[in-house]
Amino acid sequence: MMWFRSAASETQITHGQRVWLYCLAFIIMCLLVIPTVIVIPMSFSDSQYLEFPPQEWSLRWYQEYLDTPRWMNATVTSFKVAALTMLVATPFGTMAAYGLFVSGSRLGKAVFFLLMTPMIVPVILIAIGTFYVFGKVGLVNSTLGLVLAHTVLSVPIVMIIITSALRTYDLNQERVAQSLGSTRIRAFFEITLPQLKFSIMTAALLAFLTSFDEVIISIFLSGGGNSTLTKQMFSALRDYIDPTIAAISTLMIVLSTGLMLGLQFIGDKDTRND
Amino acid sequence: MPTPLSENTDALNADKLKAAERRETLTILALTLPAIIAVFLVIVVPVGWLFSLSFLDSSGQLSLDNYQKMIEYKSYIRVFKTTFNVSFLTTFLCILIGYPLAYFLSQIPKKYVGLFMLTVLLPFWTSLLVRTYAWLVMLQRNGLINNFAIELGIWDTPVKLAHNLNGTLIGMVHIMLPFLVLPLYAAMRRIDRHALQAAANLGATPVQAFWQVFVPLSLPGVVAGSLIVFVLCLGFYVTPAVLGGGKVILVSMQITAILEDQFNWGAASALGVVLLVATFAVLLLASRFLKLDSVMFGRR
Repeated sequence: MMWFRSAASETQITHGQRVWLYCLAFIIMCLLVIPTVIVIPMSFSDSQYLEFPPQEWSLRWYQEYLDTPRWMNATVTSFKVAALTMLVATPFGTMAAYGLFVSGSRLGKAVFFLLMTPMIVPVILIAIGTFYVFGKVGLVNSTLGLVLAHTVLSVPIVMIIITSALRTYDLNQERVAQSLGSTRIRAFFEITLPQLKFSIMTAALLAFLTSFDEVIISIFLSGGGNSTLTKQMFSALRDYIDPTIAAISTLMIVLSTGLMLGLQFIGDKDTRND
Repeated sequence: MPTPLSENTDALNADKLKAAERRETLTILALTLPAIIAVFLVIVVPVGWLFSLSFLDSSGQLSLDNYQKMIEYKSYIRVFKTTFNVSFLTTFLCILIGYPLAYFLSQIPKKYVGLFMLTVLLPFWTSLLVRTYAWLVMLQRNGLINNFAIELGIWDTPVKLAHNLNGTLIGMVHIMLPFLVLPLYAAMRRIDRHALQAAANLGATPVQAFWQVFVPLSLPGVVAGSLIVFVLCLGFYVTPAVLGGGKVILVSMQITAILEDQFNWGAASALGVVLLVATFAVLLLASRFLKLDSVMFGRR
């Protein structure tokens, strides 16, 4: 019980006097985590009504998910849109971040603000605005329109990550390469890019996740055979509580947790390389 | 011997260098073009279009009709009131719950923070649709919460938790909490520990040191986090739409309702413009306290 009486902070308060804080924090952490993961055990229930704990275990809702063409189509669409968004948003955001960082021009601040607006403007406005304008040029219900909108949502995230990576990077290395006869472009690809590799991978995965999880724009811009998974889930949620969604939710938690752990892994590698 | 000729060439070279430098700066800035074009197509043109639509009446004439209706019709005013009330309540509850957690995280040794931080990051990265669905399941009549409460004897008959204000608030607080805890934790870590040592040295009890030194120093973090939460709540759609059951109408839901029911683009656009202006007003206030990027990626 030495720990109990030892000082816990600069004010010499002991751990014993702080037990209430630890308990409170524990409760709050449970309140954060339990509602996030509770659907996982529920998804293995055999019952129509989602129970916890399930009386009978089964994989029937996973079967249901795999057997329903509507869900399968939506899953394929979501993966396709997210992958394309990742492929477009990562270079766009990296180029923009690099350009703004290196140029140091006065114009840069205005451009940076413009490129950050997707984080500020309420998504519902982007959704109905693009629905209206894209509708005029036939981009509603198309993969292109959705990828374009998701790209714009992802670019600020990519830019933030790349900019913070560039802050710890010494640009003189590029100048050295150039003074040794390399072209600027070659210097970027052979000197800078390899060192930004892990940040770019992080940015790419976050762009993927941003698109995959996006709901509101997908509701407006995707439809019919091109509906995304989130759109299908949202419309199913409003009508009745379909247990299939628990199975899909579990798969989505596995996906995002997997990506998150991947990021953590990349981050660890990154700091070791520095 | 330096001749006027070589001076001339020096000046010429300087000019050339300057021009080359300017060209290079422009080339480098051109790298932002693809992103700028995309933002123009997805944000500037569509939102600008909505802006102009909001100033047209039903016959296509330039007028303030849509804005006038917003002031005249009680239903619009009610929607704005609800939005502000719900956003305010959510922010308040987030501070109440998030502050102790951020405080705990700031007090434990740094090597353990990563582990406990996962409890904040796991919900943060999980799709909000998934979390909203989980709450819908837990809050329903025969759901987890009602069953537990009845078993424990907290209440006898199932209480209506989903499809009303209670459900909306519970879901929104859960989803917004990480947005408050992450910046608040970062701010608390930046507090100079020596200030607390000094307070203890000068005879302050731990409680006094907390309230008179720590809390005031953490206030910028509270302001930063709560402004972010407030702004996100103003435009929130998914969670209130699912958990509110049509009883809690926020601005974003009203916008889609107007489009679905009446196909009235003018009225919907006007509502959107007001929402946008309100968001910018709050953020303008916020920009005096925080950098946006440090908030969104508190873990980096």
